[in-house]
Amino acid sequence: MENKPSVRLQTIQVSFFYGEKKVLHNISLDIYQNSVTAIIGPSGCGKSTFIRLLNRMNDLIPGSRLQGTIMLDGQDIYQPQVNVVELRRKVGMVFQKPNPFPKSIFENVAYGPVVKGTRDRLLLQNIVEQSLRKSALWEEVKDRLYENALTLSGGQQQRLCIARCLAVEPEVILFDEPCASLDPIATQRIEELITELKKEYTIVIVTHNMQQAARVSDYTAFFWLGELVEFGRTEKIFTVPENKRTEEYLAGKFG
Amino acid sequence: MNRYKEIFFHWLFVVLGFSALAFLLAITLLIFKEALPIFKHTPFWAFISGQFWYPTYEPPDFGILPLILASFLVTLGAVVVAAPLGIGTALYLTELAGRRQRAFLKPLLEILAGVPSVVYGFFGMVVLAPFFQKAFQLPTGLCALTASLTLGIMSIPFICSLVEDALSVVPRMFREASLALGANHWQTLTRVVIPAAGSGISTAVILGISRSIGETMTVLMVAGGAAVIPKSFLQPVRPMTATIAAEMAEAPFGSAHYHALFGIAAVLFVLTLIFNVLAEAVCQRFRQKLGSKL
Ligand SMILES: Nc1ncnc2c1ncn2[C@@H]1O[C@H](COP(=O)(O)OP(=O)(O)OP(=O)(O)O)[C@@H](O)[C@H]1O
Ligand SMILES: [Mg+2]
Repeated sequence: MENKPSVRLQTIQVSFFYGEKKVLHNISLDIYQNSVTAIIGPSGCGKSTFIRLLNRMNDLIPGSRLQGTIMLDGQDIYQPQVNVVELRRKVGMVFQKPNPFPKSIFENVAYGPVVKGTRDRLLLQNIVEQSLRKSALWEEVKDRLYENALTLSGGQQQRLCIARCLAVEPEVILFDEPCASLDPIATQRIEELITELKKEYTIVIVTHNMQQAARVSDYTAFFWLGELVEFGRTEKIFTVPENKRTEEYLAGKFG
Repeated sequence: MNRYKEIFFHWLFVVLGFSALAFLLAITLLIFKEALPIFKHTPFWAFISGQFWYPTYEPPDFGILPLILASFLVTLGAVVVAAPLGIGTALYLTELAGRRQRAFLKPLLEILAGVPSVVYGFFGMVVLAPFFQKAFQLPTGLCALTASLTLGIMSIPFICSLVEDALSVVPRMFREASLALGANHWQTLTRVVIPAAGSGISTAVILGISRSIGETMTVLMVAGGAAVIPKSFLQPVRPMTATIAAEMAEAPFGSAHYHALFGIAAVLFVLTLIFNVLAEAVCQRFRQKLGSKL
């Protein structure tokens, strides 16, 4: 048996409202350091809402409201004195649809460091190369760094978005269905990448693809209608789920 | 029975759809047909580069350079006023204003857009003109500056609403991506949203120019009406539209003067056409830049 890894992110009794509508009910979940936590569940059960709470992306939604506590390294990230910009640098995010800016590949990757205030061209070049190498895109784009990022294929765009996220040097990375719009080969590359990134980062990934959850994750959380039904080691959830609904859902999905 | 109904409606809409085209064609043909005779009297080049517009002298002079320059001068001034204010207002409304401010400002802008141009002209005449006359010690306050400012104020709601449209089609995911990378609101606005909406904003400005050049009533009322080559903003000027509107009634039907006014209309028509095509081209680039998501 391995040692119990340390908890990086922790949600305590978290409920969330869009206006009057309550979409998350008392979610308490621990996310461990240097592991991949998969969040699965049927469409509309609140997975995206949940993951977006972890870097405060839902702050922008008017009329939304949070109850409960979310801690990063023991610090409540919703305290008023918390610097949201700093938080988002620590907790990066990759979205479902690849969303590179309509700028060059270089500018896309350099965006985070530049807004942080890095101006040194050499340093930026270095960061861009390192980030693109980590996201396994460097070999494909090193000769066209100044072309518009929208000329890349969907899978390349998604790896660019991962590179862009890595360039900020986050500690936690949130993936919201990163492969939803990709073909199987591109998906496989992203999965390999996630497994690789796990060594350095703490990763949370929302996915609709059960095989993917089984392949890449160490822990799995199963959401159902805004509730956390079951959470545990991935092997356990997929082989001997404790809850009837988890079992049914997985059975249905694997069919 | 149903089949005939279908055919009937099909053709009804075809006719309706093409009627706009038919009107456009008819107007274009009319303008150019009535304009042509003047170029027998004054060759085209002399017409647009001539410095003297004395349509009622004997012999008359039909040089419209002063009118063209007046139109450009007044329009330039109007854009200098309207572009920053219109864009600024749009940015405030879409990015900074709270729900309450927006609920207050939006209808206000709509009212401003709906005010007839003659009312703006009136405002220019009784408020701006006396003010500038005193401020700059002018013989008359009716000058290019007054016209520019009046036209500019008039164009603000127009430019503002186009810029708002341009900003609102910038996909939300660009903003989210920027914020998620640790950019603040201001950086997201200046580095992502505004560049992404750039061509849309340019389109708004170009269309604003095109509209200002064609605006008649206000400039007729406040530009001053002197058909001389303008040397400063403080001089009375006579833009093309004002010339046509002021002189059409007194130009004898079929006279050289009459045809010369149509000549001006033709020049104006081509100019606005150029601006609109330009705006469309820029807008096209905008769509391509954001991919086929729009
Ligand atoms: N901005 C919003 N305003 C109001 N309701 C919302 C908003 N975003 C999501 N919801 C609602 O909240 C619930 C949870 O949505 P969420 O997007 O988190 O689900 P999800 O599990 O990510 O679904 P999917 O698998 O389809 O992505 C849904 O009922 C959805 O309709
Ligand atoms: Mg989702």
